[in-house]
Amino acid sequence: MIAISHTLIRQSVSTAFSKPSMSLDQTVESLKRQIASHESLLEDLRRQLAEAQFNQPPPGAQESQEQTFQASDDPLAHDLSHGIAEDYMNEVFAALSRPQGDHSPPNRWPLSQDEYKRYGRQLIMPEIGLQGQLRLKNASVLIIGAGGLGCPAAAYLVGAGVGTLGLVDEDVVEHSNLHRQILHSTARVGMSKVDSALVSLQSLNPNVNLVPHHGRLTPETAISTVQPYDIVLDCTDTPASRYLISDTCVLLGKPLVSASALRIDGQLMVLNNPPRSAGDPTGGPCYRCIFPKPPPPESVVTCGDGGILGPVVGTMGVLQALEAIKVLTRASTSENEQPVTEPPTLLIFSAYANPMFRSIRLRARKPKCAACSAHATVTPEALNSGSLDYVQFCGMIDPVNLLSPDERISAENYAKLRSEVNPYTGMEPAKDSHVLVDVREKVQFELCSIDGSVNIPFADVSGFPIPQPTASAAIPDDSHWVHELKNIPDKPIFVVCRRGNDSQVVVRKLKQLGLDNDGQRWIGDIKGGLIAWREKIDSDFPEYY
Amino acid sequence: MSSSPENLTVKVEFSGGLELLFSNKRTHTITLPAHTPSTSTTPTTIRDLVIYLCDELMRDPRRDLFVLDGTVRPGILVLINDADWELEGEDAYEVKNGDSILFVSTLHGG
Ligand SMILES: [Zn+2]
Repeated sequence: MIAISHTLIRQSVSTAFSKPSMSLDQTVESLKRQIASHESLLEDLRRQLAEAQFNQPPPGAQESQEQTFQASDDPLAHDLSHGIAEDYMNEVFAALSRPQGDHSPPNRWPLSQDEYKRYGRQLIMPEIGLQGQLRLKNASVLIIGAGGLGCPAAAYLVGAGVGTLGLVDEDVVEHSNLHRQILHSTARVGMSKVDSALVSLQSLNPNVNLVPHHGRLTPETAISTVQPYDIVLDCTDTPASRYLISDTCVLLGKPLVSASALRIDGQLMVLNNPPRSAGDPTGGPCYRCIFPKPPPPESVVTCGDGGILGPVVGTMGVLQALEAIKVLTRASTSENEQPVTEPPTLLIFSAYANPMFRSIRLRARKPKCAACSAHATVTPEALNSGSLDYVQFCGMIDPVNLLSPDERISAENYAKLRSEVNPYTGMEPAKDSHVLVDVREKVQFELCSIDGSVNIPFADVSGFPIPQPTASAAIPDDSHWVHELKNIPDKPIFVVCRRGNDSQVVVRKLKQLGLDNDGQRWIGDIKGGLIAWREKIDSDFPEYY
Repeated sequence: MSSSPENLTVKVEFSGGLELLFSNKRTHTITLPAHTPSTSTTPTTIRDLVIYLCDELMRDPRRDLFVLDGTVRPGILVLINDADWELEGEDAYEVKNGDSILFVSTLHGG
């Protein structure tokens, strides 16, 4: 590896005065990225080494540690003598003075010096305390999805000192992730999300045992993946994965913290909490109890299509970490009693509403739930055998195929039509020989558009009523775009959108509105939309998706 | 809140993207007949309210993003005065004057 890099560097130096080729540019970029990521790993290893050396007990360490407890730079020591509730102080002392066995232990405190310092600010809170911290340290958390929810959730849980944190994801880091997926970095674009997240998490807190799970969670792998963990965070982005994760958690008796976000909205639920066995009505509801049937696939909007504000999804991920900490440490607040669980709620976050948060009381377990009731049909055998097809259950959107081939034009042919001289008339194409209608949302149209195109957003067209033959032919006043298109009856209409799906719907609608003058005027769309336009014709066209 | 005995005034809210189907407005104040049909003595239920919203409030023609098979489509939670409608009898719940009804579409992004 190093030898190859060296050769490449010499090559690029020797060609420094000639125009470097694309592949060399790419090589340099890739090398820069690799160096950056290795540097951060190296830096981390150095720091760990330094810490390990620092923590090596010198001869006679017992005495010096006793002195450390008295030292004023210990945050706990300060708080123990200044205004901590007495019962809490007793709890700490009781835990600290537990008998440690016959032979002298290497460390007489339940946590290391680094841990007291690192967690001091949460240790001194009665909600956590020493017992809570030890519970966190003994806990293992599985985060499924290392994206906009998983990154902040993982950062806070690793920061708080959970013992083991597993991370599942099959994707690689992309530029469009970086505004919200805070564990990744520009230098690590192209790296697997799991590896990239582990680099950040490892340097945040080396005490935590981090477990990578590369690849997607499938019905066949779900049980073996989830089994070793105490609690699961669903940080995924599809209905199919949400049902699979919920079913697995019910089968294995794990509480599940589920969140989601889109645009300016977020939702959060703690499910299967308490995680009683299927058929026990005192257990918390599962995802299927709340949503027995999946939503129609055409109603499911992704962050790529709908957009997402970074702090919105970040807020939800942070709240997931908070709920996980509450579940993992809750026993520390009540003695000799079953942990008290909150009744199930749905927390709704709306960034531009007032108030921003609302909490909604949810139903208990559904008596006929397919996963968590006595009549459950979701079983470990069914899951392991792969006979439960979650993708099928949630359905898929059929590719839009509304138009006939002669109602569609490729990006290449449309580009020719814009630029080429007519072979029959010898005429230069006039700019206004046709109308190009861009049906993306206004905000996307304003980002970038093909020269000369006009914006008629999809929602305006699809929301427009088709006049009944019996009704008067009057078009509503607020639809000046229909009038404008009517006023130029001879010009062909080309419709374009992002991918070439909405454009087909709009072509159909324009014809239903009679704008094709009974077939006199050509109306069609550009196949593959602006993505094809960028790929085939104009590589400078901004790629914002 | 002025409302004759024949009419009910309720607050209807949309969240999770459903507002896009209702003129991109989250909160609506709706006045509708207390009985459905209005000449009958049958109290107006959530089922009737949903049909009313489709007919009178929704300008977007994509009704199936809100209603499927005569009731609210899967993936939408209905909350009556901040409680899951399942706790209140689902779509048979009789709407009361001053109720606050929230329709939330589940989100899936992450
Ligand atoms: Zn259930």
